[in-house]
Amino acid sequence: MAFAVRLRSAVSLLGRFPALAGVDLDVAAGEIVLVQGANGAGKTTLLRACAGLAAFTAGEAEVLGHDLRKDRKAVRRRIGLLGHATFLYDDLTVADNLQFSARAAGADPGSAADAMARLGLDGRLRDVAAGRLSAGQRRRVAVAAVVARHPDLWLLDEPHAGLDAGGRDILDHLVRDAAAAGATVLLASHELDRAAALATRTVVMAGGQVTNGLLTPPAAAKEPVHVA
Amino acid sequence: MWRDAALVAGKDLRVEARSRVGVNQVVPFALLVLIVFAFALDSDRGTLASVGPGLFWVTVLFSGLLAIQRSFVIEADDDARDALRLSGLDGAGIFLGKAGAVAAQLAVLEVVLALGVVVLYNVHLHGAVMLLLTCLAATVGLAAAGTVYGIIAAGLRVRDTLLPLLVLPVLAPVLLAAARACEAALAGTPSEGWPWVRLLFVFATIYVTFGVVAFGPLLEEA
Repeated sequence: MAFAVRLRSAVSLLGRFPALAGVDLDVAAGEIVLVQGANGAGKTTLLRACAGLAAFTAGEAEVLGHDLRKDRKAVRRRIGLLGHATFLYDDLTVADNLQFSARAAGADPGSAADAMARLGLDGRLRDVAAGRLSAGQRRRVAVAAVVARHPDLWLLDEPHAGLDAGGRDILDHLVRDAAAAGATVLLASHELDRAAALATRTVVMAGGQVTNGLLTPPAAAKEPVHVA
Repeated sequence: MWRDAALVAGKDLRVEARSRVGVNQVVPFALLVLIVFAFALDSDRGTLASVGPGLFWVTVLFSGLLAIQRSFVIEADDDARDALRLSGLDGAGIFLGKAGAVAAQLAVLEVVLALGVVVLYNVHLHGAVMLLLTCLAATVGLAAAGTVYGIIAAGLRVRDTLLPLLVLPVLAPVLLAAARACEAALAGTPSEGWPWVRLLFVFATIYVTFGVVAFGPLLEEA
């Protein structure tokens, strides 16, 4: 089985606090995995660490076939992160922002225009500066920036937050299309009904650990053998 | 690396063109500094003409600090610096792009300020080759060193006040060498200026090399 994400006893510190305290997680290529958990469970840190923005300080961390502890840069062009921030330049237009994002990832020149069309941004919003957009419109542009990169691994942190009903439907379609095309999606959300319907598997985080993250349970967790 | 540099430089220059901070704030600030010096020093006795090169480079330095700070402020808004890290762009390419954009803005500023010095300080330009080489080397050095220290200060809350404290002592040799080289060129004694021009090129080479090597790791830590 090919894994897009494979973590073993992975630790990530926020200062001295272990935000990830020994995470074991498998995500197979093409899966849509929902990470569920209370505030402070470590969901955002997990996504940021998988994107290479937070360092794994112990354990094993393999993303898209690369050891993240040694080579974070190798996977970055293949990742699309939708975080709490929108990562937009306020003075650049929607089109400029998306073209920069696409070109930085090495995507073909038409992918920015394609992303704008899919998110409904190709009309009058195309040439509007990002700083003049509403919060919901900025969120759409942020989604489009992920789409424009054609990532192999989508990391989505509260992806539905701030989007209107139409935007949420579009996002769900995009995620399903990406997974059908072979991309892997790891998403964290408090909107459980919607996210669970989208996901092919749900894992639970608590206290910086994932309780059911392994696709193949370790030997110790197998059915106990009863000896007569 | 060069593709990434062109991409980042194009983005930074486009941001500046759209925001018009350079045109509306940095250039007027630089011209005001020149005018304040003209009021402060006695223009009737030729003082301004003799100290013109030094005042020119002091003004470029102060105005350049604004451009350098601006270059990193745009990456601080809405966590755009995270986007830059996530972009997968080469660290050396990002450095060359950001330094190149700052250098381009400084070059435009220097042209405007040179006109200001000629008009306000009654300075007559001589030694065009030495003046051009001095401006080239000093501009590259200012932009490269400023970009290196800009990323060091970028992740800190006190970056706005820390950057001048870090950069001004480092750029003192550029200020000195550029002023001396320009003085020699304007006085028609180029033999006295060439050692200063060589020093400027050495400074620029050191900081461009350091930035190419170190900017990526510094960006990761910022």
